Amino acid sequence: MPKLLKAIARLFWRDLTVAMRRSTDILTPLVFFVIVVSLFPLGLGPEPVVLRTIAPGVIWVAALLATMLSLNRLFANDYADGTLEQMALAPYPLALLVLTKIAAHWALTGLPLVLISPLLAVQMHLPETAIATLALSLLLGTPILSLLGAVGAALTLGLRGGGVLVSLLVLPLYTPILIFGAGSVAGVIAGIDTEAHFSLLGAFLALALTLLPWATAAALRVSLD
Amino acid sequence: MLEAVDLECVRGDRPLFSHLSFSLEPGELLHVTGANGSGKTTLLRTLCGLTRAHAGEVRWHGTAIHKLGDDFHAQLAYVGHGNGIQGDLTPAENLSVAVSLSGSADIAQIGKTLERLGLAAYHHFPAKILSQGQKRRLALARLVAEHKPLWILDEPLSGLDVDSASLMTTILMEHLAQGGLIIITSHQDINVETKTTLHIRIN
Repeated sequence: MPKLLKAIARLFWRDLTVAMRRSTDILTPLVFFVIVVSLFPLGLGPEPVVLRTIAPGVIWVAALLATMLSLNRLFANDYADGTLEQMALAPYPLALLVLTKIAAHWALTGLPLVLISPLLAVQMHLPETAIATLALSLLLGTPILSLLGAVGAALTLGLRGGGVLVSLLVLPLYTPILIFGAGSVAGVIAGIDTEAHFSLLGAFLALALTLLPWATAAALRVSLD
Repeated sequence: MLEAVDLECVRGDRPLFSHLSFSLEPGELLHVTGANGSGKTTLLRTLCGLTRAHAGEVRWHGTAIHKLGDDFHAQLAYVGHGNGIQGDLTPAENLSVAVSLSGSADIAQIGKTLERLGLAAYHHFPAKILSQGQKRRLALARLVAEHKPLWILDEPLSGLDVDSASLMTTILMEHLAQGGLIIITSHQDINVETKTTLHIRIN
């Protein structure tokens, strides 16, 4: 195996192992997601028609907020203990190492949200056809959330009150993903063709995958300077 | 091999030093001294390429390091103030991640290196239970396992006990004997017998 692949595999393994040994890190965003979505039936009453109407938006907004919650641990620990310097001085493109870290972040926060979303969809009385659409839209959308969030996390690294700043920086950028993600689910409920929504989400993901790791790497170099 | 040409470094608005030039050949050690806040760490980070110099440049084999990029990084081992240790991983896991990140995947050496630095007994414990000095030793273990020619070390002896400090001196001498280059900041005297030791004092 070439050294680059070995380094990437090792870094991915490292992030997953550290998170597994600190299981609260994985559970916090997931539990937050479940609780926020569960508050709505409690607050609005169990009327299926109302819940069905608001479900796509509620679940998607909760997913955005849950991702936000986990962003600060993406680079902060590595920055504090000096690992990030070592990554910047590694003989490999920093953008690829950053992409590896983002992939690990998604596997630990985005993927669990996707997996638990059908359960919440049932709770919100979504029709069966919309459940698959919801999971699929989250599967396409959550990686974009992690990629965009990484730029914000890198820019605010080492700043006081960085957590709040990340939200202000990143949440406006999340709006297109929210619109098309929630829109696709709402479209299925209303019986509209949602192919365009998915094409756009796929295009966003392709664009984010190609550009944002480089932007994040550049932001990290500035933060380390 | 490593040349600094007319370096000028600025931290915020404050100029630290200017017109700093030196050149370091294989087997030579450069000992940087100076008061706290005089710019030793900034100089070292500039030599690594982490911080951009305000003016002047750093060259490796005659080529500016920002042009060499990853080719220069492949020759360089840097130990800064941070130890780069993840507390939830064991010392062996930490070292194997660092070694594969550095591109010199000599995984077989890890057990031997930990033993040499007196960390073998902590093989299965998370690194967070290590003391400050032991964490420092683990950070320095990276140097031994990686086999890079250029070592840039920021206060490597801080927190080390007398025995570990003398072990570290031995390791430094071995590296110089093999034709390595070392740039080091330290408030302690470093008793390395070598053909050349350069001293830079930053005021």
